[in-house]
Amino acid sequence: MEQKNNTLLIYTLLYFAFLYIPVLFLPIFSFNDANYMSFPLSGFTTEHYEEMWAKTNLHKALWASIKVGVVASVVSTTIALFAAKAFARYKFRGQNISYGAIMIPFLIPEIILAVAILVIWLSLGFKLGLVPVTLGHILFCTPFAMLILIARIEGFDFSLEEASRDLGENAWGTFYRVSLPLYLPGIIASLLLSFIISFDEFVLAFFLTGSDATLPMYMWAQMRFIQKLPHVLALGAVIIVFTTFIVLLAFWLRNLGQGKEKAEFGIKIHE
Amino acid sequence: MNDSFIQINGISKHFGNVKAVDDVSFQIKEGEFFSLLGPSGCGKTTLLRLLAGFEYPTSGNLLLDGSDITALPPDKRPTNMVFQNYAIFPHINVEKNVQFGLRKLGLTNDEIAKRVKDVLSLVKLEGYEERYSSQLSGGQRQRVALARALVRQPKVLLLDEPLGALDKKLRDEMQLELRTLQKEIGITFVFVTHDQQEAISMSDRVAVMSEGKIQQMSSPNELYKNPQNIFVSDFIGETNFLKAKTDSKDGEYINVNIEDLGSFKIKNNLNISENASDVICSVRPETMMIDKEKSDWDICLEGKIKQTSYLGEMTKFYVETKEIEKIITVSSQYFDNQSFQNGKCFISINLNDISLLNKK
Repeated sequence: MEQKNNTLLIYTLLYFAFLYIPVLFLPIFSFNDANYMSFPLSGFTTEHYEEMWAKTNLHKALWASIKVGVVASVVSTTIALFAAKAFARYKFRGQNISYGAIMIPFLIPEIILAVAILVIWLSLGFKLGLVPVTLGHILFCTPFAMLILIARIEGFDFSLEEASRDLGENAWGTFYRVSLPLYLPGIIASLLLSFIISFDEFVLAFFLTGSDATLPMYMWAQMRFIQKLPHVLALGAVIIVFTTFIVLLAFWLRNLGQGKEKAEFGIKIHE
Repeated sequence: MNDSFIQINGISKHFGNVKAVDDVSFQIKEGEFFSLLGPSGCGKTTLLRLLAGFEYPTSGNLLLDGSDITALPPDKRPTNMVFQNYAIFPHINVEKNVQFGLRKLGLTNDEIAKRVKDVLSLVKLEGYEERYSSQLSGGQRQRVALARALVRQPKVLLLDEPLGALDKKLRDEMQLELRTLQKEIGITFVFVTHDQQEAISMSDRVAVMSEGKIQQMSSPNELYKNPQNIFVSDFIGETNFLKAKTDSKDGEYINVNIEDLGSFKIKNNLNISENASDVICSVRPETMMIDKEKSDWDICLEGKIKQTSYLGEMTKFYVETKEIEKIITVSSQYFDNQSFQNGKCFISINLNDISLLNKK
């Protein structure tokens, strides 16, 4: 018994080491006083971070990524919310097919999606830029958003909605006063995760941005010059911390009140 | 009082090929405590949901207090429902739950506050205004659900097995309380249950349902003493069935040949025809007598006790007799599981306690 537990523990530790050690190098080298990623470390400095923040192009790219991320997450979460409600609440003809149709962008190689959008967008005579990137991100984020929201809405006690109808609220009043507050943790989790997916996305942005770089595009452009590597490392470290925080927050929200009494949960923040 | 306050006219509800409610017509009186009783899947809940507006009938129409409500959505009907799982909104407290349905009634803040206060005192929940559903016991949730529905002063209160989730003691208490409450406020109650004891102890009238149809609709007394068919007789209380054939009529009576027992003259309540070959006699366990000695009752059989179950206030005996193939169930308040050491006993039946049923 003891032996078996140790084996499992070692396996777990190795697994996490495999996952996270490469990622940990980034912040370590971002504080290293050298232009190359190599040991031994030569000294501690925050210079790279100052250098990073001084670039105005970075500010522009950051702003572009935030705009795309906000629009993509809000639109994909809205679409996913209505879809998830339909899938969780009703049984209808063509349910499996439409579920599959929404999930497919999740499985198609991103590069194919990107090329397809590029070809259509250009053949329609539109210019490349943040708009097609946003549209691509909506397509790509919706399946994620729907998975999160279905997990929240499934097992939801729909008699609560019936009770609201019974107590004189119409369909919209019921949605606003009962469904929305109860789905809210899932909705926020979906917004956060969609935003992060969009914020980190590279392939679609690579094909569709044209001259308006998003943050990953900016990083990629910078990496071509070896002397700029350190401040990309600094930027990478900041993004890792930010992403980790958002993802943890999203998972915490998603699981909130999902224990034994999922439907019993509301947002008792005011308590 | 309006005798046809709720009119259910030829209502059917089909789900695909399943006829959940099959061409049902009846009327419910104003101020009545009316129960829909039946096993699960008999259509009672569907009928209640049709009244609430959560389902729309495949055919037929519904009238409430003279106006047609068949096509009205739930929020436009003067009915309110107490849900089986109570459906208390978990994200708002008890007070807000109770206020929930008042928003659209056009009341002033003072009126709202008064109504909420009154209804909470009616269901004995004063002091619980700030609590959330997760902080309440089953019985308290039930009261919140009741208060939330009653505060809108509906014409009809619909109750979907509201006591099913409570333990027995609390259920008995709530039965009495619900009954008292209903008499006090005078609102028509339509109560759905699968528990026959609950239905007969609380209701003015009971409709027994099976397979989407009403099997019998009458007062609890009538239901127990004069079941109209085998389903009702079997569903309400416990009984022994004996096969029989009818012979000739004799006024209110009819000569009946009970299988293995011989010929007897029995009251013919259901006006069963002469020379019917498939008739059933029903005898309730508590109407029979079990004793150590022979009695002078109309029928007295010697038997052997195969099994007993002691229930405290009475004991049930499962008795094998020479004459009847089936094991007969008899209950007694005088004897218990230790009274018959050798298992030998006599069971006696009065002809008045035998009811005749069509086998159909």
